[in-house]
Amino acid sequence: MNNHSMQEKASYRFAITGATCASCVTKIENKIKALPGVLNANMNFADRTLAVTTESTLSPELITETIKQLGYNGILIPDSEQGEEIKKIAELHYFQSLKYKTIVATVIGLPLFILTMLNIVPTLQTMMGFWINLFLGLATLGVLIYSGGHFFVGGWKVFRAHSANMDTLIALGTGIAWLYSMIAILFTHYLPAMAQHVYFEASVVIIALVNLGALLELRARRHTSQAIQRLMRLQPKTARVIRNNKEVDEPIITLQVGDLIRVRPGEQIPVDGIIVEGSSSIDESMLTGEPLARQKQIDDSVFGGTLNKNGSFIFKANHVGKETVLAQIIKLVQQAQNSKPALARLADQISAIFVPTVLIIAVLTALIWFNIGVDPRAAYMLVTAMAVLVVACPCALGLAVPISVMVGIGKGAEYGILIRHADALQQACELTTIVLDKTGTITQGQPQVTDIYPAAHSDAKELITLAASLETGSEHPLAEAIIKSSKIQGFSLLNVTHFEALTGLGVNGIINGHRILLGNRKLMKNYDIALDAWEKQSEELAAQAKTPIYVASDQSILGIIAIADPIKLDSKKAIEDLHAMGLKVIMITGDHSATAHAIASQVGIQDVLAEVSPQDKSVKIAELQAKGEKVGMVGDGINDAPALALAEVGFAMGGGTDVAMESGDITLMRNSLRGVVDAIEISQQTIKNMKQNLFGAFIYNILGIPIAAGILFPFIGLLLNPMLAGLAMALSSVTVVTNANRLRFFKPLGESK
Amino acid sequence: MTIIVNTIGLVIIGLIIWWFWLSKPRLYSAKKEDFIEISVKDGVYQPAYIQVERNHPITLRFTRSDASPCAEFVIFNSLNVSQQLPVNQPIDIKLKVEKSGEYEFTCQMGMYRGKLIVKS
Repeated sequence: MNNHSMQEKASYRFAITGATCASCVTKIENKIKALPGVLNANMNFADRTLAVTTESTLSPELITETIKQLGYNGILIPDSEQGEEIKKIAELHYFQSLKYKTIVATVIGLPLFILTMLNIVPTLQTMMGFWINLFLGLATLGVLIYSGGHFFVGGWKVFRAHSANMDTLIALGTGIAWLYSMIAILFTHYLPAMAQHVYFEASVVIIALVNLGALLELRARRHTSQAIQRLMRLQPKTARVIRNNKEVDEPIITLQVGDLIRVRPGEQIPVDGIIVEGSSSIDESMLTGEPLARQKQIDDSVFGGTLNKNGSFIFKANHVGKETVLAQIIKLVQQAQNSKPALARLADQISAIFVPTVLIIAVLTALIWFNIGVDPRAAYMLVTAMAVLVVACPCALGLAVPISVMVGIGKGAEYGILIRHADALQQACELTTIVLDKTGTITQGQPQVTDIYPAAHSDAKELITLAASLETGSEHPLAEAIIKSSKIQGFSLLNVTHFEALTGLGVNGIINGHRILLGNRKLMKNYDIALDAWEKQSEELAAQAKTPIYVASDQSILGIIAIADPIKLDSKKAIEDLHAMGLKVIMITGDHSATAHAIASQVGIQDVLAEVSPQDKSVKIAELQAKGEKVGMVGDGINDAPALALAEVGFAMGGGTDVAMESGDITLMRNSLRGVVDAIEISQQTIKNMKQNLFGAFIYNILGIPIAAGILFPFIGLLLNPMLAGLAMALSSVTVVTNANRLRFFKPLGESK
Repeated sequence: MTIIVNTIGLVIIGLIIWWFWLSKPRLYSAKKEDFIEISVKDGVYQPAYIQVERNHPITLRFTRSDASPCAEFVIFNSLNVSQQLPVNQPIDIKLKVEKSGEYEFTCQMGMYRGKLIVKS
């Protein structure tokens, strides 16, 4: 068995940093190969990775250690599952350390704050006051180093890179307060009496508050990626594979295309494939948002991550690993969650210059207080400049848009709506017209036999049997409908001779010695067959958007089979909803005008563009755009890809096909127009949320900074306490994340889920 | 005293403008190199300014050692590239830019900032 050899050998991959020349390669390889227990080592200089095969007893740390001794850095590249684990541990570790920092700052800051408020610390003039304050100053320094060290280190590093961020502001705000206080202690007599004051409590409390804010933000953020985590958890860890007629449980990463996999009731399907034995109903809601389970049998596709409800079946894998629909959805959603809509550009531009601007404002504030302020000027200069530095919140500004995009796009994925980039969110809100392709969008896209009208001397079974027998050789979509109908009813086919396809008319052939004709009215006319009352019948069918097909034996008509592409059950309601949203809905189709209008009236569409060839669809979109319409085009992504690409928003409806996932701005996994309505609603909600966040962040800074600078002081004597500034700043980014999280609870109208 | 304090204040403002906006950090040129290691730590990408040639394939290896969520993603917005950076796991981004120009790469919130300068 495999396991045996796997126990003896282990292989690892390391990412090597610091290797700059090709000569390092041999040096590293040789050194590693020389280690006892290493079987082989191979370094790829192009991607700076080292592949090592070892005996399983050797620990990979030894290799990392050896690489380090050579003066390079080697990091073990984990496989995806270990990677998740490492990530979780790192995040937990970060959270814990931040928690301890916050606790320490709070434990020291709170008593300090109370002492200062109660005014019981002796003044600096006394010897006692000097020593007590000096002690408090050193304690504060300890807190700044332990609880706030990351602000100072970060601020310094960023400063050296000619940049500035939140760390800069916090480090400066608290650092200056500490320095001023120390100066006040050590050089008390050089300061005017009223300025002889220390601000240690402010430094510590600010550090505690900002750390607390970061903690709350971290917690709130966990929820923002909930949607993607849910998708990632869908794939089971093992699959029951059939090997040599035996069923064995194997880890999912070992699965290969062509493997036969057994799925039992209640199990999650591991990868994509096609059923080869058995049948079941399958819940695909996690991928498509479609709440109803689907019945699947032999030859039907199943998708990894979906849930098998009651039956047991065997399927043949056709997509594994990164190729599965689930893996592609995850990749697509992750990609989209980090894209930014045009709306974010302003915020980006502002946040790029934000911190240095705040620094300048802080200096100006101090200067203004110095020149026209009241005494004690030094104290006011410090308090206001500190408040300005601390209150300004670049985080809220930078976070406003991305966090909403993250939650909104995740929300879409929950309903089987894959929004491929954030711009699509914004554009979906601005649409004025929705153009719907008829086939496969409003209708099911698969013609079906809807009515059978046999003549008095015939019956439905004879009609279908003859028609299906004749059509067996044909590939016409209408033929498919007839054959399917006969198959479903279990009719056996008859032998056909002298088969002949008559382009544009139909087919004929000999069955049991009779010439059977199957085709349109023109075919019957060509053979001089009297239509009589059948002609009226066929006109009635045409008016209902059904295609009548005549069946004749020798010279007499046996009946009419009506074929139509049935309208999806929820199309009408979805179109009503689109109208209710104030959108103009247009149907586009290659069908004849009469058929097109018949379908349109059944679903409540007034505007029809009929007889449009597939390549002209994009021309029609361009015409609408020239009239100033913002067009959303809905199609299957196969023959209308150019139209989807041209439209402001292309909605590709394809139930998980590769084609649909590649084209269009928004992919609807569920084969229903409901998805278009939901997608627009989710976009509107997300953009609204984003605007609230942006507005909040802007207003907060626009009001907060001048108030902190003391603009209200001359009027109502109000100054912002730097500690309150710290609280406001900590809460502002938490508020942004919390507001974005509200989106998680949004439910599109008309969704029963 | 008044003059001294005001002068100091104005000089500081001048220094802020000069340091953050006028002077630029050292450019890391990757003309010959096709492999660049970038560390993601303490609020900065190091190196942050990278110069490459047009149509020249390069690999950027990001290693994130900052566990704060700010650093979790690196986004090249105009190249439509975004990549999650797990802590302490090197992640390679392979790029070949066809159009010369300046392409910013940032974290999700735009606090980490870097620039890819593509020369023709």
